[in-house]
Amino acid sequence: MNTTAFSPEIIAQHQLTPGEYQKIVDILGRDPSYTELGIFSVMWSEHCSYKSSRLHLKKLPTRGKLVVQGPGENAGIIDIGGGWVTAFKIESHNHPSFIEPFQGAATGVGGILRDIFTMGARPIAVMDALRFGRPDDAANGARNRRILAGVVAGIAHYGNCFGVPTVGGETVFEPCYDGNPLVNVFALGVCRKEDIFYAKAAGVGNPVIYVGARTGRDGIHGASMASAEFTEESKQKRPNVQVGDPFMEKLLLEACLEAMKTGAIVGIQDMGAAGLTCSTCEMGSRGEVGIEIELDRVPQRETGMTPYEIMLSESQERMLLVADKGREEEVFQVFRKWGLEAAEIGVVTGDGKLRVRHHGEIVAEIPNRELADEAPLYDRPHTQPPAAPATPRAARKPANVQDALPALLGAPDLCSKHWIWEQYDYQVRTNTLTVPERSDAAIVRVKETGASIAMSLDGNQRYCYLSPREGTKLIVAECCRNLSVVGAEPVAATNNLNFGNPERPEIMAQLVESIEGMAEACSFFETPITGGNVSLYNETLGEGVYPSPVMGIVGLMKTAAPVTIPFKTAGRAVVLLGGCGSCDETRFGGTEYAKEIDKQLWGLPPALDMEYERRVQRAMREIVAEGLAESAHDVSAGGLAVALAECCLGAAEMGAQVDLDSDLRPEFLCFHEGPSRIVIATANAKRVAEIAAKHEVAAPVIGSTIEKGLEIRQRGVTLGSWELALLRAANGEALEAYVR
Amino acid sequence: MKFGVIVFPGSNCDHDAFFAVGNNLGQQAEFIWHDSTSLGDVDAVILPGGFSYGDYLRCGAIAKFSPVMQAVKKFATDGGLVLGVCNGFQILVEAGLLPGALVRNRGLKFICKELRLTAGTTNSPFTCAAAPGQELRLPIAHGEGCYVADERTLDELEAEDRVAFRYIDNANGSMRDIAGILNRERNVMGMMPHPERATEPLMGSTDGLVVFQSMLRSAVTA
Repeated sequence: MNTTAFSPEIIAQHQLTPGEYQKIVDILGRDPSYTELGIFSVMWSEHCSYKSSRLHLKKLPTRGKLVVQGPGENAGIIDIGGGWVTAFKIESHNHPSFIEPFQGAATGVGGILRDIFTMGARPIAVMDALRFGRPDDAANGARNRRILAGVVAGIAHYGNCFGVPTVGGETVFEPCYDGNPLVNVFALGVCRKEDIFYAKAAGVGNPVIYVGARTGRDGIHGASMASAEFTEESKQKRPNVQVGDPFMEKLLLEACLEAMKTGAIVGIQDMGAAGLTCSTCEMGSRGEVGIEIELDRVPQRETGMTPYEIMLSESQERMLLVADKGREEEVFQVFRKWGLEAAEIGVVTGDGKLRVRHHGEIVAEIPNRELADEAPLYDRPHTQPPAAPATPRAARKPANVQDALPALLGAPDLCSKHWIWEQYDYQVRTNTLTVPERSDAAIVRVKETGASIAMSLDGNQRYCYLSPREGTKLIVAECCRNLSVVGAEPVAATNNLNFGNPERPEIMAQLVESIEGMAEACSFFETPITGGNVSLYNETLGEGVYPSPVMGIVGLMKTAAPVTIPFKTAGRAVVLLGGCGSCDETRFGGTEYAKEIDKQLWGLPPALDMEYERRVQRAMREIVAEGLAESAHDVSAGGLAVALAECCLGAAEMGAQVDLDSDLRPEFLCFHEGPSRIVIATANAKRVAEIAAKHEVAAPVIGSTIEKGLEIRQRGVTLGSWELALLRAANGEALEAYVR
Repeated sequence: MKFGVIVFPGSNCDHDAFFAVGNNLGQQAEFIWHDSTSLGDVDAVILPGGFSYGDYLRCGAIAKFSPVMQAVKKFATDGGLVLGVCNGFQILVEAGLLPGALVRNRGLKFICKELRLTAGTTNSPFTCAAAPGQELRLPIAHGEGCYVADERTLDELEAEDRVAFRYIDNANGSMRDIAGILNRERNVMGMMPHPERATEPLMGSTDGLVVFQSMLRSAVTA
């Protein structure tokens, strides 16, 4: 092996600190080879090693009675009853999606789908949390729109062809994402409990098999790229972005699931970030064994690739598996049926080392455990999150509820996103019980068990900027509320932590506070975190994104026609479960109203009383269980008036007349975003009131559904009155108008 | 009745078609792998939706050369019922079993949406259970579903009563609102909307059952 002491420049180019390099030398007992340096650099990148966040991620609750597999595997797994489990996780592909929106987003979908089916589960749902710069921004609008269109088309291209329904998600626009969009993809799959597979190598002498696309020079150092800030030169990194082939992925899915059925597979892992490097050393480390591979046997689509390139390539649609010795042929037979190239590239050894040969010569020899699990761990200094102004910087405009509601309904964050979700096949596999935007949570049924899985994906970067801790708790509460609105019991969560540069103490403080808030809320709502993703260095030219944790929470329910948002029948009582809530100037600064009408951000996020929230959610689930909710929708971004308007935008011409008994200022009353509130239309207000009383939550009847228009009054005084056609026009085609 | 569901490597509505006829229609169903040269003893064949061989070229352009398509052609020539849905329609057109072509949607985007359509004729084994002019709600999910043909072909289709379904909401720009057509012998039909996705109340519509019930009725009386 050719080893030498590397210059500080080469080490820095690999984004390793002098201290980290010394640790490598200590582990190896010598200087590394060039290939080894590359291997360490990707495995110890922020993206793969979580070196800045690991210390704090330990604070998260990960156990629960339904948790079958917590963090540390390719996806978390929970028991859904009837002998079945669900595997789910969220992953980000933020950096690649800025450089090449279509392929960046497409391969993001591909990566998370492999994480699911490598566990033995067939993916049955995808959701996306997307963040872009504003489409109507004077300076950057054109680029933001191009990124939006590219990301959506990329997700559609991959998911639609693969055959997994994209059942929902959320899209939010904020100037801080101008140079750093966020593309977080959540995927969920199901399988029988006994069919779960793990990414663990075992059995000395067992063959190591490579299957799928050939290895090329694409994506080398993708993981490292995702672990650095963007600069002007980043746009030159396009070759670091991989190209996706959803058809190949579909073949891999079917072939892997079929091969697993043979019983000849011991362990399996996809090759995602850090490619062959990551899959070999992680499988070895988990199984406490060694793996030896010969790179000459790795299928390659280019000639003259160096060991460094082969080990670091992030070519897509590749899997690595360990088979039972002597039963390889059963596995190969399945792959041949699906027209896939598979090759035996190595063997499991007993020495715990990752040994890489090229033309027979050893080019890397590293202990797996040290490489995979002993990456540097940093307790990075954290101070205080950047403070927002306590009060509005400039005088606020006089409130005008009549004009504000249509304006908000047409704002980028609140307008209908059907321009996006109609590009996704949200129905394939005929398990989707909901249409996006027609229910608070997406629901897919599991045909085999009679149970359904509800999912909610949510974030709010403005709340989190004002208070990372409180903002994150609000996100958890909202996800659980969304699930409760459709009658599902929240059971487990996954998270995607999108933050700026952790080497800046005030950014690190945001991360730490957010994680602590998440830990508190997830413990409280009994939704343990079973896996997730951390994406740091979301900064461009020194400008960090707002702290942007995204939660994906999963709930369980019986399969039934779901509770939907739109009002359906005239003369139903409209109940505001949870009541009108409270608000003041400080708590109003993070609302959509403040963003769109006042164009400012100040104060604190809405106040959350978790005990009260839990009671509201329990009451809601009971109301759904008794079949009392003809429609239901939680009050969230935009506040009560927006929630009521959204209930009026269904296919039927059905509005409402409400009169609110509250002494809040009109714009607070209509547009504050205080949590723990749900709008319900019911034919049995009496029973709803009884259930609410039992749970000690307010549930005033605020009005009734009517066939025409929406009118909101406060103690008899009309605050606003709208034709439904006007609200529909404001909301329906706004995004298309922005994009065009 | 026994339905055969063809499985190309990139088919992704194969299980949905299987479930629709097997579970919701209560008939027998079996999968037929794309390299099969025989269809066995099935009474009807469904070419399901999906991306047959990736469809990075024209949709269905490679599928038409697959071994199973030779068997499907023979089956059709012998009078067997062949239903192509979405990608299946594209393949039938590429294979020359149906006229015209399916090109990119007018808006150049993939569209997944429930649309209203009408049964263009009840004189076919795929629509005989429908009422004349019956309005149906069926979802579409495709990027290349805009039906085009030359004027003479379109006139012929109409003159021969071979337009099986027409869009009321024409979202993809199809000529003369055509959503589904029959071959001259009326035993092969292709349609872009997905009837299998509308075969039980939980799916939001049961209107797709009309297609399968028609096939069942035709097979029983034949």
